[in-house]
Parts: sequence; C-alpha cells; structure tokens
Amino acid sequence: MELRLTPRARGPKKMKMELIQPFINAADAVLAQGLQSPTSVANLSMEQEAYRRKGVAALIWVTGDIEGRIVIDLDPDTAVRLASRFAGAELPESDELVRETVCELANQVIGNAVTSLNDQGFHFRVHPPVLHTSEHGPKSSEDTEALVICFETCIGNVFLNIALRHACSPNPERAAAVGH
Amino acid sequence: MEQFVAVKRSKDGQPVRYLVVDDSVFARKNLARMIETFGGQVAGEAGDGMSAITEYQRLKPDIVLMDITMPQMEGIEAAEKIVQQHPEARIVMVSSVGYQENIVAALQRGARHFVQKPVKPEVLYEVIKYVMGEDGTAAHAAGAGS
Repeated sequence: MELRLTPRARGPKKMKMELIQPFINAADAVLAQGLQSPTSVANLSMEQEAYRRKGVAALIWVTGDIEGRIVIDLDPDTAVRLASRFAGAELPESDELVRETVCELANQVIGNAVTSLNDQGFHFRVHPPVLHTSEHGPKSSEDTEALVICFETCIGNVFLNIALRHACSPNPERAAAVGH
Repeated sequence: MEQFVAVKRSKDGQPVRYLVVDDSVFARKNLARMIETFGGQVAGEAGDGMSAITEYQRLKPDIVLMDITMPQMEGIEAAEKIVQQHPEARIVMVSSVGYQENIVAALQRGARHFVQKPVKPEVLYEVIKYVMGEDGTAAHAAGAGS
C-alpha cells in the first residue's frame, strides 16, 4: 500500500512520506491480519487544528532519532466491533478489554513500523501505549505537524494520527534513506 | 482458532506450563488462548518485568512468554535477571518491536527465541517445540487434532 501526499495535505515543513509509509504499511498489515479482511486508506490529510478525539484512542510516544506521538482512534461502536473480532467473542462497550485491545493494536502497529524504520537506520524507543482520555490534544506545530490517515475496514473506520519530527540532523546514511 | 498437536513435557507427560508476561491484558488473553490450543497450561501471568521475576521464582514454569516494552522493568532486563538466577529458564520474547538490535540484545541476555507481534499461532507453536527441544513431545491428545 503506497501513498503520496496530495498538495492540500502538504504542510509548511513536510513530514517525509518515507517516515510515514512504514506506519501505513504496519497498520494495514496488523488490521488485515487481526480482522482477517483487507483494509484500504479512505482519506489522508494534514491536521490543522488541535487533535480532537473521536472515541477510544490509544497514544504512543516515540523518542530517539524521530520524536513524537502516534494516536490510534476509533469511534466507540467500531472499537467494540474491533475488540470483539480480535477477542473472538462479543464484548460489551463497557468492557475494559475494548480499551486494552485498542492499546495493543497501537502497540503492534507502532512496533512494526519502528522495526521497519530501524532497518532504514533510525533508532527509536517506543513507550508503552496509554489510553488517551481527554477530548482534545495538542495542536500540531511547525516542527510537529500531524498527519491523519483514515483506514476503511470491514468493522468501520480506524484513524491513525501521526505527529513526528526529527530530533536531530540526520546523518548522511539516514539522509540517503529518506531522500534529504 | 486452529487446534495443534499437544506439546507435553517429556519427563512426565504433563502439559507445558507457561508464564505469560505482558502489560496488555488483551495480549495475555490472546496468548493464553493460543497456549490452550497447544495443549499447554497458563501457570501464571505478570504485567511487568518486576512481577515476572517474582512469578518465575514462585511458579518455575517450563516456558516464559515475555513482552519487551513494559512499565517499571522492560522484558529484556527481566529476562536477564531471571536467567542469571535460573540458567535453565526458557524465555521467548514476544514483541511488536522486532528489529535486529532488539533481537540480538534479547538473545545475548538470555532469551532463547523471539516472536514478533502480531503473533501467528503456527509460528509460536513451532518456536515452543524448538525451545522445549527434547524436554517436550508433540503427541495427539483426546479431542485434539491438527
């Protein structure tokens, strides 16, 4: 699954698509395996306003050569359907396992993406996922722009919200890898 | 979920006993379901590296399935501490972060194998058989077919 940013989606300081692509691939693979059904990207856009939670959201911070946060966000009904599919049993909306499943989904997507980026020469530390409970998040800034990717799946839409920035100047090897 | 030929302990024919260590309840439940299809038994669970050390000491499981990214103490450090005290410990790291440095670090510090999340049951099953080696046997159990 390879995507390119549309002109509307480009910000003043572009997040390199080479950094984002592993997250898209990882989300596609993890969701497809867990749901036993293919997924597709329905929409991809730059976030101009402060992050606004859609439902059940898990947030993971990454630190290292690239720093920032990734949020996986699903509306409550979709979260229940996803968790029920992953658990192999119908779960009620109130079940703690629904939130746990979204956190673990985030963990797997980010872990797989970071594995791929590490092979390109980037070094990260992935922090444990936390449930994002506040309605709003920090607004994307000039050096931490956010990209929102909407995945269409058989159980509903899954949103991946990525805000990353270079923590330091990339070395020549990395620069070659991401086309600086 | 697919049913596998049960892996039993060679010495007494009893189910292989597992300690499942992951900060995610969902991940622990998921692994427990797979263990059941392997004919194994979950002896205990832990949600962080510190608890894993305590639980290993208490339960002496045949196999530990250990996540890496966890609060308080990460899995690789916990694995190292367990193996220092119990060189016979069979620890399989189970993590979504599967880059080479992580795998090498885990193996150098005492883990026997590495499985990347999302875990495929057939992959974990083969790893369990490999890690148990001669201490485990795969034998058909009543009601279990491959």
